[in-house]
Amino acid sequence: MNYRVLYFASLRDRTGMDAEQVNSLAVDARGLYTELRARHGFALDEKRLRVAVNGAFAAWEQHLRDGDEVVFIPPVSGG
Amino acid sequence: MFRLSETPVAPATLARELVHARAGACVTFEGWVRDQNAGRAVLRLGYQAYAPLAISEGEHILGEAHEKFAILDVRCVHRVGTLEIGELAVWVGVSAAHRDAAFSACRYVIDEVKKRVPIWKNEHYADGESGWLHPDNTPVE
Repeated sequence: MNYRVLYFASLRDRTGMDAEQVNSLAVDARGLYTELRARHGFALDEKRLRVAVNGAFAAWEQHLRDGDEVVFIPPVSGG
Repeated sequence: MFRLSETPVAPATLARELVHARAGACVTFEGWVRDQNAGRAVLRLGYQAYAPLAISEGEHILGEAHEKFAILDVRCVHRVGTLEIGELAVWVGVSAAHRDAAFSACRYVIDEVKKRVPIWKNEHYADGESGWLHPDNTPVE
């Protein structure tokens, strides 16, 4: 499956990328984060993140489809 | 109306959008960039946002404010990009028939925006380091 993953804040700093196309066997967001964390060495544990799929907050177990846009949301700090 | 702005915003112009014949109260909040955090000198801030979700979550919060409080209008604008000390980073404005609802709704909106909207603040320190912050203003890593 091909996913488009967007990066923000510390995840963007770590990867040096705003976004990447990922070819993965992962079928849900949890599996995809585990794979990308190992590849990029993200410090943030999954418990500290939220996940969004195609522009809406989603559950970690949500089944991903080919072409989905996935965003891992670090703890926010607006204001 | 929740929106993100890459350019400076004018609070007086925004507040005029809240004018309503039935309004007897207007409460606005301005969040400014300050020159220190947790004892470290801050030179400037950089804000990133995941724009589509920031706007939909921001609109959701404004809808909740309408449901919870007897208000006439509520708006919020958040800056993105690089901001200097003293610049306005976030603005919330509420109009209502009476002040209690206006104060409560304004407080609700800024608190929920800081907790839930996917916007991140990067502090650039005087010592050359920088860091992303948590909602409680402690470093992420």
